Amino acid sequence: MTTLAKTSPIAPAAKTNREVDTRPLLWPSVGVLFLWMIVPLAMTLYFSVIRYNLLNPTLTGFAGLENYKFLFDDPALWTSLWNTLVLVGSVLIITVVLGTLFAVLYNQEFPGRSIARLLVIAPFFVMPTVSALVWKNMMMHPVYGLIASIQSSLGMQPTDWFSDYPMFSVIVIVAWQWVPFAFLILLTAIQSLDAEQKEAARIDGAGPFAMFFYITLPHLSRAISVVIMIETIFLLTIFAEIYVTTSGGPGTATTNLAWLIYSVGLLQFDVGYASAGGIIAVILANVVAFFLVRTVSRNLQQG
Amino acid sequence: MSTSAPNPQRKTWITVLAWVIAILVFFPIFWMALTAFKTETEAISTPPSLLFAPTLENFNDVIARSNYARFVWNSIAVSFGSTLLALAFAIPAAYAMAFFPTKRTPSTLLWMLSTKMMPPVGVLIPIYLLFKTLGLLDTVTGLLIIYTLINLPIVVWMLYTYFKDVPGEILEAGRVDGAKPMQELFLLLLPLAVPGIASTGLLSVILSWNEAFWSLNLTSSQGAPLTAFIASFSSPQGLFWAKLSAASLMAIAPILVVGWMSQRQLVSGLTFGAVK
Repeated sequence: MTTLAKTSPIAPAAKTNREVDTRPLLWPSVGVLFLWMIVPLAMTLYFSVIRYNLLNPTLTGFAGLENYKFLFDDPALWTSLWNTLVLVGSVLIITVVLGTLFAVLYNQEFPGRSIARLLVIAPFFVMPTVSALVWKNMMMHPVYGLIASIQSSLGMQPTDWFSDYPMFSVIVIVAWQWVPFAFLILLTAIQSLDAEQKEAARIDGAGPFAMFFYITLPHLSRAISVVIMIETIFLLTIFAEIYVTTSGGPGTATTNLAWLIYSVGLLQFDVGYASAGGIIAVILANVVAFFLVRTVSRNLQQG
Repeated sequence: MSTSAPNPQRKTWITVLAWVIAILVFFPIFWMALTAFKTETEAISTPPSLLFAPTLENFNDVIARSNYARFVWNSIAVSFGSTLLALAFAIPAAYAMAFFPTKRTPSTLLWMLSTKMMPPVGVLIPIYLLFKTLGLLDTVTGLLIIYTLINLPIVVWMLYTYFKDVPGEILEAGRVDGAKPMQELFLLLLPLAVPGIASTGLLSVILSWNEAFWSLNLTSSQGAPLTAFIASFSSPQGLFWAKLSAASLMAIAPILVVGWMSQRQLVSGLTFGAVK
C-alpha cells in the first residue's frame, strides 16, 4: 500500500517525551462536536416516541412505538427505501465504473491532458441547485431542451424525461455530479502505481487488459472502497436535486428517504412520524459509516 | 496502462476519445455559460441558436435585483465565516493531536470522523424546531453555525495530516529555547503550515458555498445564500433561462476556479487522508 504509507504514522516517539496538558486545546472542538452529535439525535429519538404534530397541538403524550408502527405500515416508507436504494446503487455503479475508466484514460499521455482533466472534474464544483436546473431546463426540457431539439431534428418524438423517466433523470444528474469525484480520487490513486511494477508486468507480456485487471484494479481497490463509502454517505440524503426538479414525484416516483422525511416533517408537520423516519436514516448511515471508519482506522494504524 | 511505446495510432485514438469525453462532460456547463449571454427569446428558441449577438443584459438584470447583493453577501459570509470559525476550533485541536499524541488520539480522530456520518436528514426536524425557537431560522448566523459544525471534522483531519508533515526538529529547537506550547503554535508552527491551512480553508469554503441541504431547509430570503437563490428559479412560472444561466454562472465561476487550483489537496481532504 504505497499510497497510504505517508498518512499513517500516528505517534513519532520523539514528540511524546514531554508532559503537556493539551486538554484546553482539544476540548473546544470535542465539546462542540459532542453537542452537535448528541443533542439533535437525542431530540429526534425523543420526538419519535411522542405524539407531536405542529398542526394539531391537542395531540400529545407518549406514543411508544406508534410512530414506528405507522411508518412501517406506510407503503410510502418502503417505496422511499426502494427509491433510495435504486438511486444510491445506480449512481455508485455509474460513478465507480466511469470513474475508473476515466482515471485510466486520463492517466495516459496526450496533448492538452491537464486541460481535459479540468473539464472532467468541473461538474463536482457546481452547486447542486445549478446542476439540477441546468439539466432540467436546458438539457432535458421536453420542448426547449437540447436533447428534445436533437430528437426532433432526427425526426423522433421528444422525450418528457422528468414525467416518463423521473428516477432515471435524477440518476443522470446526480451521477454527472459525482463521476468527477470518483475520477479525481481514482486518478490520484492510479498515479501512485509503481512504474517498475508496470514495467515488470509488461516485460512478462501482460497486455492492456491483463494490466488493467491484474495490476491497476487491485491497486485501486482501497481507493474504490473509499469512494463507495464516502459517496454512499452523501447519496443517502440526496435532497437539493429532487427539490428543484421533481419534488419527489410524479406520485412518489422519486421520493427517497430524505424527501419523505422532509415532506412529512416540514410540509405536513408530523414531527413524531418524521422523526421515526429520521432514526431509520441514521441507522442506515451508521451501517455504512461503520465500514468507512474501519477502513480509515486501518490506514491510521498502518505504519 | 500508460504505454510509452511509440504507437502513434493508439495515441491518436486516446487523444480523440479523451477530448470527446471531456467535452461531453463539460458541455452542460459550457451551454449554461453560452445561454447566459443570450436574450430570453434566444435561450428557448428551437432549434437552439448558436450564432447570436452576445448580451450582458442578463447579468445586469440579475445584479439589479434589489436582493441579489444580499444572496451573494450571505454566501460569502456563511462560507468564509464558517471556515474561519472551524479553523479557530480545529487548529489548536489538530496541533494538540499531531504533536502531543496520547493513547486516545486515534480514537478521538475516528470519533470526529464519525460525527460527519450523521445524515443531515436524521436531525433535520429537531434542528428546524430548535432554530425556530431560538429565532435562527432564515439567518446567516444559524447557517454559519451549522456549516462550522459539519465541516469541523474535515478541517481537523486535514490540518492533522498537514501538521504531521511539519518537521519536528524545528519545534524541538523552539522548545529548547523555552517556547511554551502556545508560543510554539503561533510563532513556529502556523507560519510553517500556512499552505496547509490555506488549502484546508479552501476545501471548507467550497463545501460550504455549494451546500444545499441546510440552506434550502433553514433559509428562505433574509439569510438565504446563492444555492437557495438559484433554487427559486425552479418555479414553473415563466422561463427565465438566460437570467438563470447568468445567475448560475456568477455563482459557480469563483468556486470552479478555486476548485481547479486546489484539486490535489481536495483529494486528501475529501477522503480523510485515505487517498493521497
